[in-house]
Amino acid sequence: MGLQHEEKEILRFTTAGSVDDGKSTLIGRLLFDSKSIYEDQIDNLQKISEKKGISHLELAHLTDGLKDEREQGITIDVAYRYFATPKRKFIIADTPGHVQYTRNMITGASTANLALILVDARKGVIEQTKRHSFIASLLQIQHIVVCVNKMDLVDYGEERFNEIIEEYKSFASKLRINDVRFIPISALNGDNVVDKSANMPWFSGDSLLGTLENIHISSDHNLVDCRFPVQNVIRPFSDEFHDYRGYAGRVTSGIFKKGDEVMVLPSGFKSKIQSIVLGEEELEEAFPPQSVTINLEDEIDISRGDMIVREHNQPEPQQDVEAMLCWMNSDVMSPRAKYAIKHTSVEARAMIKEVLYKVDINTLHRQEEYDTIGMNDIIRVKMRTTKPLLVDEYNQNKGTGSFILIDESTNETVAAGMVI
Amino acid sequence: MRKYALSHLQELEAEAIYILRETAAQFENPAILFSGGKDSILVTALARKAFYPAKIPFTFLHVDTGHNFPETIAFRDQLMEQLGAKLVVGLVEDSIKSGSVKEETGIDANRNKLQTTTLLEAIEEHQFDACIGGGRRDEEKARAKERFFSHRDDFGQWNPKNQRPELWNLLNGKLNMGENFRVFPISNWTELDVWQYLTLNNIAIPSLYFAHERQVIRRQGTWIPNSEFISLRPKEEVVTKKIRFRTLGDITITGGSESEADTLELILEEVAIARQTERGNRSDDKRSETAMEDRKKEGYF
Repeated sequence: MGLQHEEKEILRFTTAGSVDDGKSTLIGRLLFDSKSIYEDQIDNLQKISEKKGISHLELAHLTDGLKDEREQGITIDVAYRYFATPKRKFIIADTPGHVQYTRNMITGASTANLALILVDARKGVIEQTKRHSFIASLLQIQHIVVCVNKMDLVDYGEERFNEIIEEYKSFASKLRINDVRFIPISALNGDNVVDKSANMPWFSGDSLLGTLENIHISSDHNLVDCRFPVQNVIRPFSDEFHDYRGYAGRVTSGIFKKGDEVMVLPSGFKSKIQSIVLGEEELEEAFPPQSVTINLEDEIDISRGDMIVREHNQPEPQQDVEAMLCWMNSDVMSPRAKYAIKHTSVEARAMIKEVLYKVDINTLHRQEEYDTIGMNDIIRVKMRTTKPLLVDEYNQNKGTGSFILIDESTNETVAAGMVI
Repeated sequence: MRKYALSHLQELEAEAIYILRETAAQFENPAILFSGGKDSILVTALARKAFYPAKIPFTFLHVDTGHNFPETIAFRDQLMEQLGAKLVVGLVEDSIKSGSVKEETGIDANRNKLQTTTLLEAIEEHQFDACIGGGRRDEEKARAKERFFSHRDDFGQWNPKNQRPELWNLLNGKLNMGENFRVFPISNWTELDVWQYLTLNNIAIPSLYFAHERQVIRRQGTWIPNSEFISLRPKEEVVTKKIRFRTLGDITITGGSESEADTLELILEEVAIARQTERGNRSDDKRSETAMEDRKKEGYF
């Protein structure tokens, strides 16, 4: 079968939607039609469908989660699903679409290459569509696929599909979105999900699965700006590796090559890359998102939180950081409060000095007046940190442009931040 | 494959190594939960790679029900010696003797549920602040919602509604007194990914995974191995079959399936075309629709 030599790329995508827009049915359909469902799961599905007195297989049940979720018929948290085709392995971050779950959408969006947005063909673009699109643009998801679902309920009409495209485009012009595509589907009947639909011969584009398999994701990583945050220092203390000192980390961006001249921040010491290793294997170069160990020619003092970069391309050390924050905790933000901040492998403390405005995520309006900042709020702030952080703008570099804030009394993650 | 792109296995490996290194950096006293099954063997192999040429900076913790396959224990001891690792064993037998759990009785009795108490006792005794496990999100619906860093309260309980959001690759391992974390570096791997990786990297696994002749009993649609812990029910008979195990748990609850796959390549083929879920032969998951969720809330692996 040669499976062991099979190489696939991973595509991570996020979906959001409410109970009735067919999101669960669509995911169920993708899993079912790509043959990712086992026979015992199908048997179980049949039993559940029979118990409920439904004649067809209730595909939505494939994504059923925890006891509370099943009882209430909703998704509470991000659920991860997996399927693969001969071309790609897919990781779905399935998140609920309600306004009170914005934080879950953001969590799912933070690692996604692509956002799948569902629109009910009868209803067109609604608040939830806008909210999800805004979050996709805020988190800089590179690709958006808008699935106009339930086309069977509008007689598979091309005109209705085009109307929704226009509606979406006029709203999305206010957002920063690089690549958006539209596909008319019926998740229930399988039209344009895996195979092209005979019911919509007027649609010339690819099916949803075809799109997911073929969309070009190679430019999603920044290969220009070299950033290597050090996670651990590897010191074996053994006879065989007596003076060994390796710097373990994951390449955030850029390409590091053996022999490259590098600089270590914040100290500013310069050295050359002696070797790059992964386990027992030596590599000529390392690129994102590889985890490797870098050995330098000179013995210099480096510890967790330092960053290996190029002399002529350095991140800006900043103590005054301006950022967009998504509040993710039920405790409201206290004015001028101090939080722990995690940025790359660095930990420091940060104070929120000023809130510039809050974004109304349904209208995209900036509100300069508001009562409190609480769960699911998105705000622009000015912060001061206890030590300089080596940041890049989030739009240039997600890895060095993102951070989280942690409440020091509860230790909970209270906010996600993106450097402007 | 284009230049500067990773294959799915390379990307999963990079992610797991990153998480293992964060665990070493963020916790004082982490342990790898080692069961002798393929997933914990994979986690061990990844940990070795993450810190090479240094030793794996984690203690190994095995919760031994006393109902293990002898092959599993032999494999464990050999691997530990090879790695020069520190192994601590939590014995369910000790929890029974001390009275913190009661042995189940009846025909379906097993020690699967009792493990949770022994695990929590071992965590407390050795003051582990993070336990690294081989749990995967594709295994079971309750596991689909797990975090890489899964927070447990001071009773070791999992509260699915109160988990910290995980953004980008920023992991928050801060804890209060008495709390601890479970860490799942291979969350995003599927069963097929695991077998592909083991095959590609030629990683040793217990012989139980390969097809072999064994005395078995037909029970609940699967072949349960005959052992001293099994009591035969009326009409049941012991037969000899060529079987292999797809997952390894206690000898009392792990069912095998008939197979001729006696090499990693053949197993890989079998897994790729399998039409039944991996845990379908595990009677511990069959107790109820929410068996895994309920056990996880109590502090199970």
